[in-house]
Amino acid sequence: MTFLDKLQQLDFSAIRRALEAVTPDDVQRALTRERPDEGDIIALLSPAADGCIEQLARRSAHITERRFGKVIQLYAPLYLSNECVNKCAYCGFSHELDVERRTLTVAEAMKEADAIHDEGFRHILLVGGEDRRYLSIPYLLDVVQGLRRRFDSISIEIQPMSTEEYAALAAAGVDGLTLYQELYDRERYAHYHLAGPKRHYDKRILAMENGGEAGFRSLGIGVLLGLSDWRFEAVITAYHARFLMRKFWKSRIAISFPRILESAHHFAPEFKVSQRDLAHMLFVMRLMAPDAELVLSTRESAAFRDNMIGLGVTRMSAGSKTDPGGYTADGSGRQFDIEDSRAPAQVAQAIEARGMEPVWKDFDREFIVRSSS
Amino acid sequence: MNDLIIDGVTLKSRLFVGTGKFPSPQIMARAIDVSQTELVTVALRRVDLNNPNDNTLSALDFTKYRLLPNTSGARDAAEAVRLAKIARAACRTNWVKLEVTPDPNYLLPDPVETLKAAEELIKDGFVVLPYINADPILARRLEDAGCATVMPLAAPIGSNRGIRTADQLAIIIEQAGVPVVVDAGLGMPSHAAEAIEMGADAVLVNTAIAIADDPVRMAEAFRLAVEAAVLAREAGPGGESRLARASSPVTGFLTDEVASS
Repeated sequence: MTFLDKLQQLDFSAIRRALEAVTPDDVQRALTRERPDEGDIIALLSPAADGCIEQLARRSAHITERRFGKVIQLYAPLYLSNECVNKCAYCGFSHELDVERRTLTVAEAMKEADAIHDEGFRHILLVGGEDRRYLSIPYLLDVVQGLRRRFDSISIEIQPMSTEEYAALAAAGVDGLTLYQELYDRERYAHYHLAGPKRHYDKRILAMENGGEAGFRSLGIGVLLGLSDWRFEAVITAYHARFLMRKFWKSRIAISFPRILESAHHFAPEFKVSQRDLAHMLFVMRLMAPDAELVLSTRESAAFRDNMIGLGVTRMSAGSKTDPGGYTADGSGRQFDIEDSRAPAQVAQAIEARGMEPVWKDFDREFIVRSSS
Repeated sequence: MNDLIIDGVTLKSRLFVGTGKFPSPQIMARAIDVSQTELVTVALRRVDLNNPNDNTLSALDFTKYRLLPNTSGARDAAEAVRLAKIARAACRTNWVKLEVTPDPNYLLPDPVETLKAAEELIKDGFVVLPYINADPILARRLEDAGCATVMPLAAPIGSNRGIRTADQLAIIIEQAGVPVVVDAGLGMPSHAAEAIEMGADAVLVNTAIAIADDPVRMAEAFRLAVEAAVLAREAGPGGESRLARASSPVTGFLTDEVASS
């Protein structure tokens, strides 16, 4: 069974109605559950739970501390390419946009990686637009081969692939896959994804399971907040996470909370999602999945990120450049502007100031049996 | 209590501690000092063995306690064995806390892969301290394989739920020919004391100390609890009864003399 099968069993309009029908009693009952079930998840994400955000935050903080301790793991994205064959209404890499296009050579990518390594990072996320001509498997294997001597954890956030392609990357030393569905509402999905392979909602859903089959240790999902009703999207995100946890029991699930900020995207989100809403969703994800990695990137402001430390987040990016080549020089077209532009060391200090330890390394390259070494 | 001897090394402290989840390396180091432990476990995935300034390693003073590298994060025997070999080369110790936890959620140990890894490591000259579920037969198999201790869990790692596996633990303790170290799930000093009182040779505590509001004081509390339990065992506990037992028995006049017929 795939998550697509599960989605077909779900009645989306019934979920929307259920979100509206939740009573304060339902919320209180859901709050007492050790492991909230599907109905409890709806209750916790409903408008009726808005008044309980303090309770949600406290439970989330408590669970996170017990499970992860007083630590925040840091990573940096390395943008390899902004070439893209998709036309997506919200994205700075969208095919039709007139931006300077560039794919780093392997040598350029290594230079960028050096700069990231010098900041202290040992966990790196390879990001790129979706264009197989540029981000080909041989190219990616070369990049990974160059990185794995210096980085303990290498993850990818690129075009969806087959199980065999993912397995080749996993064997080379990639341990994490991030692939956002962006939104689960099928109709609205078509509304934003105008051309290119990303139009195929089903294929994108299934690609995450290809990654699970390929044996990635970390499977990262997320919805782009602002494209649809966040409460509904959060419910399906939770179901997706639960599904993946059961099916790929050796992989850890990571959930990200990318939020469209108009200033950063030059795109006006049709649905307003406040910081409070984002926090609400994050807290509920923690109650739903005590062991999931919850990721908060530099898309959010320094103040908001600092305030969220200790409340459920376990992984943060820092010092991110979202333009290929941006770490060593002025890069090319950006995917979006970042809000928190502090240097990694400053972010680490902010974490320490909140009584937590910034962790640069939480994996070891020796875990991975490499195919060609 | 018998001396606690692992691989010929006598350990006076029966409190082993972990180094994860602390708010800072400095607080970690102070808590470990105060615990007076003699065995400190470090996750290899968290440290950079090639970096002499590694935050965790440089905060620790290995003149005061032994380092016990652990393979936390390994999903199968092959990964655990590989990590253990790197640890041996870098840390100059052949002791290893074997952890094979394929499930990233409850971090429960895989019995099949743990046994496999233990056999391989022992053949290669390692002193193996395996983290296991409280499974008495597995404990025996590991002892037969040559493990230096067994380390059954009280409850899942980080759960702070106390001794949830008491009946199985009691069987392991009853049968073991190697030291039994109760590991994982001990959330309060009383849990640690309970484990020692049950007959465990030592306990390993990490989360309960690391995430306390004051880890240093909590480390002291655990030290005192373990010391109290050791003292109690040496004092010879009176045993437990559901009935009241008079301190001046009424049948004291009866003797063992056999009546002649």
